[in-house]
Amino acid sequence: MILLIYAHPHHSRSIAQRALLEAVIDLPRLTFHPLYDRYPDFAIDVAAEQALMRRAQLVIWQHPLYWYAPPALLKLWYEDVLTRGWAFGEGGDALAGKDCLWVTSTGALPEAYQAGGAHQHDFAAFEPVVKQTARFCKMNWQEPIVVHGAHRIDAAMLAQHAAQYRARLQAWSQAHG
Amino acid sequence: MAEGSLLRDALVYLGAAVVCVPLAQRFGLGSVLGYLIAGCVIGPWGLGLVQEAASTLHFGEFGVVLMLFLIGLELDLKRLMQMRGSVFGGGSLQMAACGALLAAGLLAAGLAWHSALAAGLAMAMSSTAVAVQSMNERNLLGAPVGKSAFAILLFQDIAAIPLIALVPLLGVQAAGADPGWLQAIKALAAIAGVIVIGRFLTRPAMRLIAQTDVREIFTAFALLLVIGIAQLMTLAGLSMALGAFLAGVLLASSEYRHALEADIAPFKGLLLGLFFIAVGMSIDFGVVLREPALLALLLAGLLTLKGIGLWLIAPRLGVAPRERWLFAALLAQGGEFAFVVFGVARGAQLLPQRWEALLTAAVALSMAATPLLIILAYRYAARHGTLAREDDVIENEHAEVLIAGFGRYGQIVARLLLAHDVRITVLDHDPDQIELIRKFGYKVFYGDATRIDLLEAAGAAQAKLLVVAIDQVEDSLALVDLARQEFPKLKIIARARNVRHWMELTERGVTAIERETFESSLRSGRAALEALGMPPYEAREFADDFRRRNIATLRAMLPHFRDESKSLALAKSGRAELEENLRRDREARSHRGGAQGWQ
Repeated sequence: MILLIYAHPHHSRSIAQRALLEAVIDLPRLTFHPLYDRYPDFAIDVAAEQALMRRAQLVIWQHPLYWYAPPALLKLWYEDVLTRGWAFGEGGDALAGKDCLWVTSTGALPEAYQAGGAHQHDFAAFEPVVKQTARFCKMNWQEPIVVHGAHRIDAAMLAQHAAQYRARLQAWSQAHG
Repeated sequence: MAEGSLLRDALVYLGAAVVCVPLAQRFGLGSVLGYLIAGCVIGPWGLGLVQEAASTLHFGEFGVVLMLFLIGLELDLKRLMQMRGSVFGGGSLQMAACGALLAAGLLAAGLAWHSALAAGLAMAMSSTAVAVQSMNERNLLGAPVGKSAFAILLFQDIAAIPLIALVPLLGVQAAGADPGWLQAIKALAAIAGVIVIGRFLTRPAMRLIAQTDVREIFTAFALLLVIGIAQLMTLAGLSMALGAFLAGVLLASSEYRHALEADIAPFKGLLLGLFFIAVGMSIDFGVVLREPALLALLLAGLLTLKGIGLWLIAPRLGVAPRERWLFAALLAQGGEFAFVVFGVARGAQLLPQRWEALLTAAVALSMAATPLLIILAYRYAARHGTLAREDDVIENEHAEVLIAGFGRYGQIVARLLLAHDVRITVLDHDPDQIELIRKFGYKVFYGDATRIDLLEAAGAAQAKLLVVAIDQVEDSLALVDLARQEFPKLKIIARARNVRHWMELTERGVTAIERETFESSLRSGRAALEALGMPPYEAREFADDFRRRNIATLRAMLPHFRDESKSLALAKSGRAELEENLRRDREARSHRGGAQGWQ
């Protein structure tokens, strides 16, 4: 089962994330789990989340990047759900061996992510926080999907990203029977 | 007593108390000494306004009975059983030690041995009224020294009965009492009666009375209960105070405990005051003037010998070394039982009248000296730096949170707190509600939370929080007023029935207010928006925004809400403003989500 954990506080106003989501949401064996719809008051049901995670073989964290990090509710979800003794630490093997795919978008153009650009660092410099979270929980880190310039990306470019995303998931599904 | 003279006496007693007690307090002498001085002033040897010292004393003794009942309410059977060692062991040790010392002293003063023995034992007993009241004033009852002292007083109450019965046997003629076995049967029957009344009859009766919701009948019943038990004990030749104490212990675990405390406490205070006044009145200044030197010797002898006796046995009773003198000062005085024993002894021709008058005066003066002795003991301790601060010894057994009102609202609050192991005390005046809730093991007390005495009994002075969940607006506001005035440290969390109530509460400085339907209405509003297709998180943001604006509007209305016309106009403009704001908000959002794009 593919578990798509989606964190977007204002999905209805979204362009890039909506296009990415619509490209994959109809895939078989995919469970769509929109965190902001499920927990508008941020009262995360940890047991339910962990049960869901147990059933997943591929976990997708899909969200726009805000201030170089996931939106607040997904950050809270990391804190509440990925607990010691469950996701890491002694006896914390619940997620071991699962695949993890990060799908994110940024507002800035790719050029902003370099020395001298608006964000001063290559985008690779912002990846380790999420990547290491997955690895600390013994998940297999997949090559992330990143869409830059989401505010003004043209439709053709966006469609191309969306198609690649869908192809990645289909390939994964075939590889995992 | 004619009606006119009853009222006139009341005028004299109350007037004297109102003048003397605050004065005594002002000079740091304590209320007991104030009452005693008031008694001296109005008594036969002072202004002579009242003559009947003996009957007043008898009536005032009922204050002691009520006091013991209240003390009983504070102890339950379990704690009483824990005390039995110090009651019987410590008590008998004290009676033996002090009785022997005093009897020896009286023998030396020229009394015959059997007279000296009877009077010595009588004077070995201390005054429960004086000692307990003094400890109360200094918050000592919960401290170890207070517990030891109280155990001894309790034993004396028990020991007084055989003593009074045995004194005539020492004399030349025995009084016409019942034979011993009949006495014993009567006593056992009376105690059984008290147990049946306290354990099985009182609670259902109080429940029925509480349901009628006539408050003064509940008070009447409380008094009836104590007076009835006192009479029952008198019939059996037992101590009234002891019976009342027993009844109090039996009711200590009942849900009506706080209501009983609140109802009885004012009567106890006044009657105890009357008792002290009567003691002051009965000091025979004729004797004082006739034989001042001998009386002074007797008084000094009583206080010294008994004080030394108490000081010597204190370590055996678990009194800390630094509190030995305080312990001695608390109990060194003679007590009300001494008056009775002297009377009986004179009747049995055991004590000459001259000695009876002298000893009675010495005991009364020793009671008057007690507050001064306690002050001296404190001064001594303070100078030697040996007494801990009073606050440290107060035993805090009260709950952290008081919840007034245990309806649908208060219950949720209470359950949430209980689930978090917070100690709570619940006050409610609906007996059915209480009975039901008690079945589930909650600690709930019956009573009207808007009464200061009940709040005090429930521990408002020690609690951190008061949750006002009452559904009557007037009661809620009265309670908030009372709490803010009497317990300013108590933080208040209040339920508001409506906007007007919210305004009234805010005006009183309460900040933690929830309108009882507002949050749930917002929830329903959110659910409606979601049902119409709005994403849940946006519905939440929308509702949050709505709440903020709503509260801002209420605050803006606050200064004018008493002015009906203005507040109406403001409500209208507030609504217009809200609409305006929401419209602006919607525009802002469509702008944000528009051409610019969104990730």
